[in-house]
Amino acid sequence: MKAELQRLADRAAVEGLLDVAYARVDSPFGPLLLASTPLGLVKVSLPNYEAEETLEELAARISPRVLEAPARFDDARRQLDLYFEGRLHEFDLPLDWQLSKGFRRRALRAIDRIPYGKTRSYTQIARSAGNERAVRAAGTACGANPIPIVVPCHRVLRSGGALGGYGGGLPMKEALLEMEGVLGADPRERSQT
Amino acid sequence: MAVPQRLIHSLTALPPFQSLLDEHAADVMAVLRGAVGRTDAEDCFQETFLAALRAYPKLGDDGNLRGWLLTIAHRKAIDHHRANGRRPLPIAEPEDLAGATAEPELDEGIWALVGALPPKQRAAVALRYACDLPHAEIAAALGCSPAAARRSLHEGIKRLRRELG
Repeated sequence: MKAELQRLADRAAVEGLLDVAYARVDSPFGPLLLASTPLGLVKVSLPNYEAEETLEELAARISPRVLEAPARFDDARRQLDLYFEGRLHEFDLPLDWQLSKGFRRRALRAIDRIPYGKTRSYTQIARSAGNERAVRAAGTACGANPIPIVVPCHRVLRSGGALGGYGGGLPMKEALLEMEGVLGADPRERSQT
Repeated sequence: MAVPQRLIHSLTALPPFQSLLDEHAADVMAVLRGAVGRTDAEDCFQETFLAALRAYPKLGDDGNLRGWLLTIAHRKAIDHHRANGRRPLPIAEPEDLAGATAEPELDEGIWALVGALPPKQRAAVALRYACDLPHAEIAAALGCSPAAARRSLHEGIKRLRRELG
């Protein structure tokens, strides 16, 4: 049945009927769920989220034509693997921003420009998004980031250098920053620097 | 407290199409194999689900998605037979063509006889025995009354008994 389903997804894509394709992808933190539209990657769901809920949300917000199509994610999977090995510093994937609107989208686009191994504060992101005082809203935008890891909201910290929050849990944020060489392995070490 | 948006979505929206495949693809394939034979079932399967995908977002009622899919499959099988001018099904097919599928093998001999039944009887038998559908659902899939579905099924079984001797 696997071959038939793969063929169905391919034909659906050709006929413009594959509105949301998705695949499960392994990561050092657990399975990720990736989803894309014809425009690009629209959603990365972190391991601590229910895949079923994510798919229902995509069906409701984008289109119920949601199909599993692993072959369409070969490139994304390869780039994520390299990133987790520390060998890829910048993703080259088309993105679909449709799940974020207004200020949040502007904030996320600012976050998307933070280079590998660098961090910004929530205040800086609020300023880039056009409203320096909307620090809390910038934090909310990070929390609501539909495309984490690829849009690197883990690189946004509190002004004092404290970690702030992360949808995938703080240990994951810490591990990502550590991998990018921003943090030492020991949090006490970080507070001293 | 406000109802979470996510809950509203899940109560009002159609489920992701993939869940229809996960739950019903095997049954649709079984029905089609019964109706058009193993070789052609694959094409009818593709046509069935592409048609379903095309219509899906506008489907008002998600009450009986299984019956809806089986109705489409039934129509595709009829289209197929029309296009091929009701030729009898090939009885023997090379088993290895389908590859080493993990799916339970149907009794190909009987299904070949089922495939030779008139369309309504064939569909009723396939829906009943390949998919385990109750009469009401067979009727919904065939677009006829439960009594008519029962009759088609009965006629089909009678004929199969005769042919099996």
